[in-house]
Parts: sequence; C-alpha cells; structure tokens
Amino acid sequence: MLQRRIWGTVLVAAALAAPYAVYPVFLMKALCFGLFAVAFNLLLGYTGLLSFGHAAFFGFAAYVTGHAMKEWGATPELGILAGVAVAAAMGLVFGVLAIRRLGIYFAMVTLALAQMVYFFCVQAPFTHGEDGIQAIPRGKLFGLLPLDDMYVLYYVVLAVFGIGVWIVWRAIHSPFGQVLAAIRENEPRAISLGYRTERFKLAAFVLSATLAGLAGSVKTLVFQLASLTDVQWHTSGEVVLMTLLGGMGTALGPVVGAFVVTTIENYLADIGAWVTIIQGVIFVLVVTLFRRGIVGEALAFIERSRRR
Amino acid sequence: MTDDWIIQTQDLTKEFKGFFAVREVGLKVRRGTIHALIGPNGAGKTTCFNLITKFLQPSKGRILYNGRDITRADPASVARAGMVRSFQISAVFPHMTVLENIRVALQRGLGTSFHFWRSDQSLDVLNGRARELAAAVGIADFVETPAVELSYGRKRALEIATTLALEPEMLLLDEPMAGMGREDIDRIARLIREVAKGRTVLMVEHNLAVVADLSDTITVLARGQILAEGDYHSVSRDPQVIEAYMGTAHG
Ligand SMILES: Nc1ncnc2c1ncn2[C@@H]1O[C@H](COP(=O)(O)OP(=O)(O)OP(=O)(O)O)[C@@H](O)[C@H]1O
Ligand SMILES: [Mg+2]
Repeated sequence: MLQRRIWGTVLVAAALAAPYAVYPVFLMKALCFGLFAVAFNLLLGYTGLLSFGHAAFFGFAAYVTGHAMKEWGATPELGILAGVAVAAAMGLVFGVLAIRRLGIYFAMVTLALAQMVYFFCVQAPFTHGEDGIQAIPRGKLFGLLPLDDMYVLYYVVLAVFGIGVWIVWRAIHSPFGQVLAAIRENEPRAISLGYRTERFKLAAFVLSATLAGLAGSVKTLVFQLASLTDVQWHTSGEVVLMTLLGGMGTALGPVVGAFVVTTIENYLADIGAWVTIIQGVIFVLVVTLFRRGIVGEALAFIERSRRR
Repeated sequence: MTDDWIIQTQDLTKEFKGFFAVREVGLKVRRGTIHALIGPNGAGKTTCFNLITKFLQPSKGRILYNGRDITRADPASVARAGMVRSFQISAVFPHMTVLENIRVALQRGLGTSFHFWRSDQSLDVLNGRARELAAAVGIADFVETPAVELSYGRKRALEIATTLALEPEMLLLDEPMAGMGREDIDRIARLIREVAKGRTVLMVEHNLAVVADLSDTITVLARGQILAEGDYHSVSRDPQVIEAYMGTAHG
C-alpha cells in the first residue's frame, strides 16, 4: 500500500516535470492516445468486448470539437463538451446495434459501423475531406487559461487525462465493475444470477465511447487539426495494439502501450512505411509471446520473484 | 390445482436442425419436493434445463412457472422470479475470491449495480452475509481464496452458496456431483437436503444411489422423451428404464 503510494507520487511528479525535459506536443499526443487506450481497455480488458470501431468515437468527436470551435466560435470547454456528447450518443447507437453479437461478430459490427462513419466523413462538407479542419483556434479555457501557451495546454491535457483515467479506475472498482468482472469471467452464470448482462455491456460501451470521444476532442485542441486519419480503421487498430502491448488486464498498461507506440511513430517517422511493418511485428510478438503485455509481464515477474 | 405444481411444461420440444433433443415433454414438478431428472448421456436433460430456465428458446410447447406462462421470458428475469440454476460444468467466477463470488449474487439486492461512480467498498456491508453463506456450505476457511484454486467439490459448494444468496424459490442443479469423490458426494448430498427445506429442487444426476436417497420423484428421460416417472422403487423396476440403462439401474 505504502509502496503504491510512493510509486504514485513519483509518477505524478514525473508527469508534472516532463514538459521541461521532453517536447510537450509529443507528451500531449501520447497522453491523448493514452486516455483513448484506457477508455478502450474498459471494454477489452474489463468487460471482455473487442471493439474494432473505436476510431469513430475518437475521430468524430475531434471533428465536432473542431467544427464547433472554428465555425461557431465555441469556447474550448463547450467544444469539448459537444464532442464528448456526440461520442456518447454514437456509442449508444453502436452499442444497441452491436451488443447482442458475440465474439468476432461483435468486432465486425463495430468495424462496419465505424466504416460508415468514415465514409460519411469523407463525403460530408464540414470535415473538409482530405484537408481536414485546420488551424482551429484554441481559445481560453473557462475564459481564463490561455491554451496557446504550450505549458498551460500541457497541464490542462494532463488534468483531463488524469480525470479520464480516474473515471475508468473508479468504474472498474465499483459495484458496476464487479458485475462487469462477473460477466467477463462467466456470462451465463451472471445471467443465471439475474443480471441482464446486455444492459451492463451497453453501459460499459457508452462509457468507453464517451471517454474515447474526450480523448479525440482534446487531441483537436493540441494539434488544432481534425482529420480523416483519426476516424480511419487504422486508428481503431492502433488502439488495440496499444492496449495489448501495454497489457489489457492492467489499469495503466494501455498508457504505457500508448507511449511506446507514439514514440515509435515519432522517432521512426522518417522511415515511412516501415513503421506499419514494425507495428505489425510488435503485434505478432505480443499476441504470441508476451500475452500479458509490458505491464502485465512486469507485474507477473514481480509476483514470481516475490514468491521465491 | 395448478398451485401444487411449481413447474409445468406442455409439449416442450427443442429441435436442432432436424434433430429432436427434447420431444413433447410434459414435466411437472411438485412444490417443495426434490425431483430428479435422469437418463442416459444425450437424453436431453441439460437441454430441458436450458429450456426451463430460458437459456434456450423452445421450438414448440409452453412452460408455466407458478402457473405463469414464462415461455417468452428472458433468462435473467426467470432468475429474478426465483428460479436459479447451476451448470453441468462448474460455474464460478474463477479469478474472484470466494467472498467476491457470493457478494456478486448478494449485490443485486442493493440496487447499486449500475453505480460506476461508487466505490466497491460500499459492498462491504454484504461481507457478513457472504461469510455466513460460505460457512453454511463448509468453505468458511476459504473466503479469501480465488475460486479457481478451490478443489472441485468446494467449487460446487461455492456455486450452491452463490445460488442460495439469491434465496431462490426453486433450484435447478445440473449434475451437482459429477466427478466428485465419496466424501464430497456425501457433503453435497447433505447440503442439498438441507437447502431443499422450504424450496423445490430439480436435479439432474447420474449417481443413482444419490438419486434414490434424495429424491421424492424421478423422471426418466431417453432420446428426448419421458420414459417413466414415479418414485425410485417403481421407476427402477420399469422394464423400459432397465433397457435404456442396459441393466445399470440395478447394478
Ligand atoms: N446446441 C446444440 N446443437 C445441436 N445439438 C445439440 C445442442 N445441444 C445439445 N444437442 C444434442 O442434444 C442431445 C441432448 O443433449 P443434452 O446435453 O441435453 O443431453 P444430456 O441428457 O444432458 O446428456 P449428458 O448426460 O451427457 O449431460 C445430444 O445428442 C446433444 O448432442
Ligand atoms: Mg447434460
């Protein structure tokens, strides 16, 4: 318990000091994808549902926030709120349509729905097609905090990230989370105890979509850009990779996965198409050799050496 | 006199692509009794359970529970109405502790199961009752053990404790003693007799000594149809039953 507290303090201190050591935009990108992956993991790791359409929530929320702020002059908090609300509504629709499907069929339905969102975004004028929504003004948060200041922006993003991760953590360790765990472990048994499991899965889906939307909206603030990349299936695949790489059964694994993948993309961007191949190789390695992911394997290692 | 029967099925049929796993079964279970459903492998016993508890939709026929038609109900509401089943393969939540397993069943009563913003420490009020239930089935010493680490017999005991947490009116137990040693069998048999007080039990069991000992009524199923029904004495003498079991009923 004490050890955990020490680790927590160290992590928070590192997060606060980080922008003075590392390029803040890189950190903020990793934090956005970290939150995205944590939201995704609420489904994959803690409910046992593999969604292959989460880019739709992330990317569409980014568009909504971008459009609201650029075209309507919305304040950042309202822009984010609009993106998050739309993502939640989309999550409800996706969830209702997909939740009855099991296993791979669930993944297929979410993918198909996300592709529809993608094609809509390709066609709809407000997204500006290939160009995306560019030069989105950041404005002042609550009329006070100037988000054009990199450091202010970083701490705002860090705070949003912290709140998002805390919400997921709370949900996992709640009465609701207990039922989710029961469903993941043995769904027929949960049903036979009288739980209408579809409703719980739907609630988890909507919560996950909402937070994925929050990640997308904040990403728009950071890059002042909302583009087709964010709604593409490739982004849905990336969040799966981040989560598996970091460790899907763990609370912070997806964040580690997001940092690793973002780092690879940033520093190896020069070698172009190779990045995709490297990601593919990592994916295969994780799935075949390190099923628990980085954090999962590390925890298992600590556990093993403790027992010895 | 429908009040006497807690379960009544009429013409109950389940067809899997031309194969009749259950065919025109009219099963009646009297309230307050232990009723056994026996029959050779593949007779359709588990399918019957799945139909009655609504885990499967019947191809034909009706199911009445307490005189109420539940043919179109969903499995969770059947459970909420007081009819709780176990499964042929032991059904626990493997990576949750014994205490957590039982608590998940008790938790529904609090009405906070959708509260994702509430700490799970709010469930601690149920620990006392969960411990009582664990003690009642003889696993009080294992409350902190993950279910996956329990012996087979204790897993089944945990299942019963979890089921009892719902205070069901009716229990359906699918082979509660399959794969158990002598000691565990005796313990579970005693437990079933204990929990049957004031409730109705419908159980599938291959161990005929146990069936003879526990049950008030026996229904024999073969190839999806009812072959015979009655107490152990009359059923075990039925020539058709003897043939279906190829003499094992007497062996
Ligand atoms: N989902 C299904 N699809 C196709 N056939 C099925 C299905 N479920 C069961 N059956 C078939 O129906 C028949 C009855 O199966 P059931 O599991 O009800 O038997 P049982 O009496 O419980 O047998 P056992 O004693 O081995 O548990 C079997 O022949 C089985 O193969
Ligand atoms: Mg069976």
